[in-house]
Amino acid sequence: MGLVESGKVPKGLTKLLNMSRKYSLWMYQWGLACCAIEMGAAIGSPRYDAMRLGVIPLPASPRQSDLLIVAGTVCDKTAPVVRRLYEQMPEPKYVISMGSCANCGGPYWDSYSVTKGVDQIIPVDVYVPGCPPRPEALLEGIVLLQELIQNEDMAEKWKGDPLAIS
Amino acid sequence: MTDLADRRQMAYIAAQAADARVNVELEAEGMNLNIGPQHPATHGTLRIVVQLDGEQVIAADPMMGYMHRGYEKLSEVRTYPQVTTLINRIDWLGSFANEVPFILGAEQLMEIEAPPRARWIRTVLFELARIANLTLFLGDMGVQLGAVTPVFYAFRDREYIVNQIEAVTGGRFHPNFDRIGGLKDDLPAGWIADTKVALGEIRDFCDQMEDLLVGNEIFEARTRGIGVIPADVGLSYGLSGANIRGSGVDWDLRRDSPVGQGQGLAYNEVDWKVWTHPDGDSFARYWVRLQEVRESCRIVEQLLDGLPSGPIMAKVPRIIKVPAGEAYVATENPLGVMGYYIISQGGLEPFRVKIRSASFSNMSITPWLLKGAYVPDVITILASLYFILGDIDR
Amino acid sequence: MPSADAEATEETPVDQARDSLLDALSAELGDALVASHRVPGRDLWIRLDTAAWGDAADYLRNRQRFRFFEWLSAIDWLPSPFGRSHGAVVDEVDTDDTGDGDDAEAAGPVTGANGFTGGDTRFQVFARVYSLTTGIGLTVKADLGDDLTVGTWTGSYPGADWHEREANEMFGITFAGHPGLRNLYLPTDFEGHPMRKDYPLMARLVKPWPGIVDVEPMPEAEEGEPTTGSPDPTAPPDVKGVGTEGPGGS
Repeated sequence: MGLVESGKVPKGLTKLLNMSRKYSLWMYQWGLACCAIEMGAAIGSPRYDAMRLGVIPLPASPRQSDLLIVAGTVCDKTAPVVRRLYEQMPEPKYVISMGSCANCGGPYWDSYSVTKGVDQIIPVDVYVPGCPPRPEALLEGIVLLQELIQNEDMAEKWKGDPLAIS
Repeated sequence: MTDLADRRQMAYIAAQAADARVNVELEAEGMNLNIGPQHPATHGTLRIVVQLDGEQVIAADPMMGYMHRGYEKLSEVRTYPQVTTLINRIDWLGSFANEVPFILGAEQLMEIEAPPRARWIRTVLFELARIANLTLFLGDMGVQLGAVTPVFYAFRDREYIVNQIEAVTGGRFHPNFDRIGGLKDDLPAGWIADTKVALGEIRDFCDQMEDLLVGNEIFEARTRGIGVIPADVGLSYGLSGANIRGSGVDWDLRRDSPVGQGQGLAYNEVDWKVWTHPDGDSFARYWVRLQEVRESCRIVEQLLDGLPSGPIMAKVPRIIKVPAGEAYVATENPLGVMGYYIISQGGLEPFRVKIRSASFSNMSITPWLLKGAYVPDVITILASLYFILGDIDR
Repeated sequence: MPSADAEATEETPVDQARDSLLDALSAELGDALVASHRVPGRDLWIRLDTAAWGDAADYLRNRQRFRFFEWLSAIDWLPSPFGRSHGAVVDEVDTDDTGDGDDAEAAGPVTGANGFTGGDTRFQVFARVYSLTTGIGLTVKADLGDDLTVGTWTGSYPGADWHEREANEMFGITFAGHPGLRNLYLPTDFEGHPMRKDYPLMARLVKPWPGIVDVEPMPEAEEGEPTTGSPDPTAPPDVKGVGTEGPGGS
């Protein structure tokens, strides 16, 4: 990976690296509310089967995962925990915010205890709208994320920054 | 033979002594174990801090509020039709069932009665919500014991019911279909025949679960005699639903309340049975829910066969204003007794809504129940009590 | 018994079970039973003296066989100072949209001062118990004095533990004798008691209801005043001009 750090990766190699990264996304699922069940249906039900897209659910810990799916309402009491688990994940890491609650607070936009959007505490790559989104919508979100990864330039991403290994 | 018995006895004593030594050396007494808030066994964000003496729990303290969304406060600033959208999401597996007691309470205050066809379809959807909810429990209980297969089956077969709910209401999860005075729409064409096919799948699923889990040696060893709740203790903690019927209390609001018997829901029109189990342990709670799913299939089939014709909506004003008054309506929801205490002051919004959710009371017994349990049993006991986080934290 | 049940009995059939229960309760509790209300065939309410609240649980559970504890909570009878739906469009149909909340109370006459069983304090505790043998539920209420303290029910109904903790954090009510009155839902450093009527929902104060579709322009805005910036994001909802900038407010 010295090439990546120096920013001199040949185009073909970047493509290969990105392709292998996008099809082995270890997914850490933060099932918080209703969306957790639809996420469960997407990964656990034979009808949707997210694993065929190269998403591997249920890693043992966030330290072994690349993708964080925040599915459900993030409350003010939960927010520090979400943040902490996100920080434990190694780079490169991606976040999918699933459902209206995680996107912006959803039906609890005026609640006194709900964080209005998980993007207030962690950076989000893909938003999946819906209350809750259908499993197909989550799958589309995953496909969009894979497109994003495919077109990513690793050298661009880390130019100048030291590689963070947490 | 006596030698063998003696040796076993000696080995047992030696093991006990070793355990005690380890406990002393490690000061295992008073060790705190934190489960959650992110833990696969907690169905969301429940956190339990247990104090251990070796492997045994000496004190358990559930920490709630990781999913507290403030339904009671938010209901006060929403109109009655807006409130049903919100309360759908309390027990998110059986969403339609959440609306029913609230709507019935509002109907009581407005003195409106839904037409018979609406009552019947309400009951059908109520039971489908129960099936959608409890099938996931039946599979999930296996996961908590290390058997992964059942939950895949549960997700597979649950889809049939969710599809039927979607066909009527347009929403897989949160239908928001119940209205004050009736229902939003009638059933679509061909729905009854499709539903009967789906119910057949659920029956097969129940048989599969019975084959896979009930009678399985591991399952029985880990649930029989574990987490026993005496009926009287359960009642004073406010346990309801299958949790209390698993302790031998023959009580079901579908049968024992006027709301279930024709004043809102049409359980008096069908032939069905309330299942109980005398043991009060984790196994009993699983077994009762298994039978309830089968019973729900029976109820739905009978209701669909005798569906009366007629309108699905009573005459209600366009802008719903509920006269001043107070009403409490509770129904037997998938998780237990769920009720809404509505205080109206004649406005467009309820003045105060007290939500009695089943899981909140069901879980309040955990500090008592987990005392003396072993660490692996904590998970099975929690699973067998069956809670939904939104229903606890509201 | 000063209550509204006198007129209720005239047109509706008698409810034997609830009548006899009410007689038994008033005989046993005596002066502690301040008021009662009955909807025959449906429900029964009683209001107790504040001092009798704690002991009533034992009596109800062990003497009247109300074995099943349903819930316990509190009510804040203060009319909401923030208006009703903070400018929801349906609200403006029949009331003035000043949003100062007076119209809600003016429109709806309240039965008695504080609901069915009356009372004259701002806060009330109320709980519900159910008897499996008779199938009758009973709602019990009690007024709260200025110290907001009342006896605990945890001795008789252990399930009241969490309900009292919830009422404590949501309303600020103290339950004397409760074993551990700490926050149940809210973080420990949360300020205020959210279920009180004067607790503002900040999101509603800084932003109008996003579902507003038809917002009439305010008179000032029509007169060519430059309405570029929002007046003040933290202004209360009755400040003019705030309502015109909802997402769908064109």
